[in-house]
This record gives sequence, C-alpha cells and structure tokens, in this order.
Amino acid sequence: MVDTRGLFPALPTPDARWALPDAPARRAGESRVERAWGVLGSVPDPEVPALSVVDLGLVREVVDTGAGLAIAVTPTYSGCPATEQINEAIVRALEEDGLGPVSVTLRRAPAWTTDWISEAGRERLRAYGIAPPGRCGEDNASPIRILARGIDCPQCGSAQTERLSAFGSTACKAMYRCLTCREPFEHFKPI
Amino acid sequence: MTTPSITPPNDLRARYLLRVADTCLIHAQRQSEWCGHGPVLEEDIALTNMSLDLLGQARALLTLVGEGAAMPVDEDQLAFLREERDYLNMTLAELPGRKGGRDFGDAVLRNLFIGTWLHLFWQRLQASGDAEVAGIAGKAVKEARYHVEHASDWVVRLGDGTEESMGRMRRALDSLWLYTSELFDDDEADANAAATGLGPARSELRANWQAAVAAVLADAQLALPKDSAFRSTGSRGVHSEHLGYMLAEMQHLQRSYPGGKW
Repeated sequence: MVDTRGLFPALPTPDARWALPDAPARRAGESRVERAWGVLGSVPDPEVPALSVVDLGLVREVVDTGAGLAIAVTPTYSGCPATEQINEAIVRALEEDGLGPVSVTLRRAPAWTTDWISEAGRERLRAYGIAPPGRCGEDNASPIRILARGIDCPQCGSAQTERLSAFGSTACKAMYRCLTCREPFEHFKPI
Repeated sequence: MTTPSITPPNDLRARYLLRVADTCLIHAQRQSEWCGHGPVLEEDIALTNMSLDLLGQARALLTLVGEGAAMPVDEDQLAFLREERDYLNMTLAELPGRKGGRDFGDAVLRNLFIGTWLHLFWQRLQASGDAEVAGIAGKAVKEARYHVEHASDWVVRLGDGTEESMGRMRRALDSLWLYTSELFDDDEADANAAATGLGPARSELRANWQAAVAAVLADAQLALPKDSAFRSTGSRGVHSEHLGYMLAEMQHLQRSYPGGKW
C-alpha cells in the first residue's frame, strides 16, 4: 500500500459549525455492522473535512463476514489522489474501535454521484464555506449548462454570484465569487 | 542499470482498450506540461485537474488490461515500461504541447477534439458487455463532460474573440485537424470489439463527434477545414517523431530506478 502520510496538509481545527459528530457511544445489543456505520460517520474526507466518508456516500456497504468486516467503497473521481488515504483511514478507525480485521474493496458501479451526499453533509459543507452541489440527475450525454444556474453564496446567502473558474483546488470544485459580500468561495460541482 | 521493457498483451481486446487508456495517459502527460505555465492561475489549475482525471481513467483501464493478460502486469509497468511502438494512443494526443512552442489556443482545441471523442466513447462503453469496462466508463463519462464544457467554453471565447486570438485558433485548427481522421479509422480491433459487445467501432462515433465539434466551431466563428488524405497511425503503434522524446522524460525514473516507489 502506498504510504500517503505527509502528502496532505494537516486538517484545519474543526469549527463547531461544521465539525463532524464523534462516533456515538456504544449501545448494548448493537451489531458490529451498526457500530461500524457509527464509527465511519466520524471519519473525515481528507480534502473536505466537513464531510465524513458516510456523508459523501463513499461507503456503499458494510458486511460482517464473521471473521471481520468487509467494506465496499466507491471512489469520487477516477484520479482522486486521496483514494488510498481514505481506505487507510477507514481501516484505522474501525480497527481502533476493535472492529477489525477490516478489508476494503473498490466498487466502481454504480458510479459515485454528488446526489449521494447526505442532507446533514450538505449543511456542514455550506457552514464550511463550500456551496453544496445541486441535483445532477442521470443525464451524462448532453452538454453542461450550469453557467445559467445561480449558485448561492455560502457566506451571506446572496444569489448574486459569478463563476471565476470551472475547476478549483480539487477537480470536484469550481471557484466562484459573491457580488454582494465580495468574498470568493468554492462550489462543489454536481457530477 | 535500467529496467527492461515488458511485453504487453497484444490480443484484440487488449489493443482496443489500450487505445483508449493510452490516449488518456498521453493526453494527460502532455496537458500536465502546462503545470506552472498556464496563462492564468485558474487555467493552470483547470488543465492539471483534467490531467488528473485522465490519468485516473488511464490507470483504471491499464489495471484491467494488465490483470487480464496471459503474463499479468500492473498499471505502472504498462504506463512506464513499454517500448514506443507498444503505445496505442491517437497521434493527436502526443503532438507537442506547451514545450513545442504551441499556445493555449492549441491546448484547448486539442481538448475539444479528444475530450469530445472520449466523452462519446465513454457513453458507449457504459453499455459494454464487460462489466468492469462499463463501470470505469460510468465514472469517466461524467468527468469527460466537464472537460468538454471547459474546452468548448475556451474555443468559443478565443475563436470569437480578438483578431489575435481568432488568428491563433485558426492556426491551431489548421494544424490539428489533419490528425482527427485517425479518431475514426477502424481496424480489426474495432471490428472485434463491435462483434463481441466490448464497445463500438471507432467509426461509429464519427457522426456525433462531427456534429458536436461543428456546433462549437460555429459558435466560435471558425470554419471547418477541408478533410485531408493524410492519416496518422499512432493507434497502430506507428507514432510521430514527438512521442519518443516524451516517453524518455516520462519513463526516466522507472527506467533508472527499477521498481522505485515514493
């Protein structure tokens, strides 16, 4: 496995407005799979720490194999450099909670879509300063005409915004600026 | 000491998939030459982000081809340890980029041509009889759609722009158009893919590609050049003089430091 330590900057200190919840306290009679979902809900995405790997919809399935847990993960983008790091974080979090051994498998189909981002995740994304994606639907063939669609400023809520660039600090985001509060912000593109 | 070349799989299925994979790989490498040299920071970031998507798409297909080979190889061996003639990318992807003195207009036009072709290819490959190929395509088609949007936006902006930008787009169009015939030039690997349900023959993409590209060029006030009898042959392994130099740079680390990881 590729050692990805040091490849990514340290996460910012969580802010109460967007911090992920801690893993819930252990409940009596809770199954290993239920416990695992709770733990994974507190594992941040390395590039968007306001979202957990569950909020993003990356974790598709958790199966108790008897001998351990088998996790199916669907990557966000074909070239996402965080894929290996996400898998490592999942394994580490579950093993630290005593749920190991854990195996992670890649599941390509159906392809990941921003429509899988949870409602709670969208709110935390906005609080973090990233305008959440609109619904993208099933159409992958026709040309994109997102320019006409207004993206609300996550800072002040104004609909008077303009796009600066189709791509941002990562492939999943575009750069915008608000014409009301004059602040720049990122938009998570629907895909 | 240098790492010797591998013998890549050469059956019709592998050749068909390697063409798409290698076009993504070589296009990604060329486009990434803009890293640190984009006309504005936002475009520098956009071009490198798209390269990353292309590299990921190439990796997924190379992994699949390598696993299925009689003598299995991994995606790194396929990407870095083949001889020039074993790369099956479309010639268009390997033509000099920024380092060859070409400009941004050339880069965005090439993105329009290759991006539209890949977008159409991925759409069709979503229905591939090979579930792995269909899965890779299902992801890639969404990314390609954003690449086409970016390229179209710039081709229109520059073509229908100033006298200077329009002149540069015209020159880019004249020099790149010759290489677009190859995108639809069928051979036995295409025939086999169409017959086995792996994917479409390249020629099946031509009508939709021409319609999509013509619409953007019309918006950009650019006239379609005449077709030429010239045929490039990169997808058969016979490349322009430019690929070898690029591979020398791309392969250097893996050749000089066998199995090096970092």
